[in-house]
Amino acid sequence: MNELRLTFTLNEKDISIETSPNTMLVDLLRDRLGLTGTKVGCREGECGACTVLLDGIPVNSCILPAAKIQGRSLITIEGLADENGQLSQIQQAFMNEGAAQCGFCTPGMIMNAKALLERNSEPDNQEIRRSISGVLCRCTGYQKIVQAVATVSDMKKSQG
Amino acid sequence: MALAFKDLHWARDIKVQQYLQPKTLEEALEMLASFAGRAKVIAGGTDVVPQLRRRNISVEALVDVTCIPGMDGIDRDGENIIMGGLVTHAQVASSELIKQKAGILSEGAGSVGSPQIRNIATVAGNLVSGQPAADATIPLLALDATVTVAGSKGLRNIPLTEFFLDKGKTVLDCTREILTQIQFRGLRENEGGCYLRLAKRKALTLPMLVLAAVVNANMEKRIINRAAIAIGPVAPVPYRARDVEEGLKGAPISDETMEAAANRGMLECTPRDSRLRGSCDYRQEMTKVFIKRGLTRAIAQIGS
Repeated sequence: MNELRLTFTLNEKDISIETSPNTMLVDLLRDRLGLTGTKVGCREGECGACTVLLDGIPVNSCILPAAKIQGRSLITIEGLADENGQLSQIQQAFMNEGAAQCGFCTPGMIMNAKALLERNSEPDNQEIRRSISGVLCRCTGYQKIVQAVATVSDMKKSQG
Repeated sequence: MALAFKDLHWARDIKVQQYLQPKTLEEALEMLASFAGRAKVIAGGTDVVPQLRRRNISVEALVDVTCIPGMDGIDRDGENIIMGGLVTHAQVASSELIKQKAGILSEGAGSVGSPQIRNIATVAGNLVSGQPAADATIPLLALDATVTVAGSKGLRNIPLTEFFLDKGKTVLDCTREILTQIQFRGLRENEGGCYLRLAKRKALTLPMLVLAAVVNANMEKRIINRAAIAIGPVAPVPYRARDVEEGLKGAPISDETMEAAANRGMLECTPRDSRLRGSCDYRQEMTKVFIKRGLTRAIAQIGS
């Protein structure tokens, strides 16, 4: 089996690592790079808990062969807080609004919400719902999640 | 005997010897040829990876075609729209050109999977997977799309109506061939379209029934010139309702016409009883409803 040498940027740091053609991105992140913030829910691209941003676009890392990230830029949930551990606005909003119950879907929700807010800083309710429609929450806490994303958008509005 | 953990769960990794990333179409075809059926094409991988993990299929190598340049555009050539084989569902769903000229395809592509799936899954892959419930496939079938397939002997053009053979099986051999292009004619002034989807939830769920209709009509004389109706998943493959279409040629726009079309369509479909998708009876009844609703809405779209 041929090994693959991957070079890419992960949370704005350059990474170079050997991996196998059989490894999925989520396992590379969790097992090899120690980033366990990205969760494995269904492992078949249904639940969205494993969402990461690939060149700014949300994708399910559980069904993405690691080979596909060659030369690309990746952001995971660990990339949101700053170097001092100061949480990003969106993470803080999830805490303030009580938008996490068991917390397993939370990284997926936040990564999708982040992608939305980056292309549209003032989304309406429908746009927020659509942006998180690819992540299942088994605690049925969608209402507070939508609310958390809306408060970030409101904060940006009042700052702007 | 108790089942081992590994028998109850799908494997974590896939199992291939090589993951190849060719930079040109020629190189990709050569790689496929050298493996003589033991390699498979992968694009977004949202169907291929779960299949490999469930060990439904087994191959020695994957040939990832996503680094091949020039295959990710949506272009216009006169009345025709040409989409490269690497165009994703998200690209189609957000394309203004597709929205204007083939709204049913925007809606179909926007209904596949989830945002994360649509961001990476290709429309060509939706066709090649050959599933009867394929949301982007059904509007393309109604639009009389043709596909271009590259193989060791060159290119061939195939009408989508001749593309599907059985559930998961098409005329394309994905161990030797690559779908490079999808083309179809956009809707004209005297044409309207409608896309309908029946599912248990509004997101993240497979459809129980999908219908796409395109109607060409003379609105002054209130006559249907011709109609195209594609339906799934109520047969092993997504199909065109030819009996319904035949009956609509030259028919007046009236309640009787719609009723007759709906009844013909119900006789033509062959859904299975499915715990996932509902009973045969229910889906036959809903096929009737969808044909009437689809035709009515497509006609209302004309000129708008």
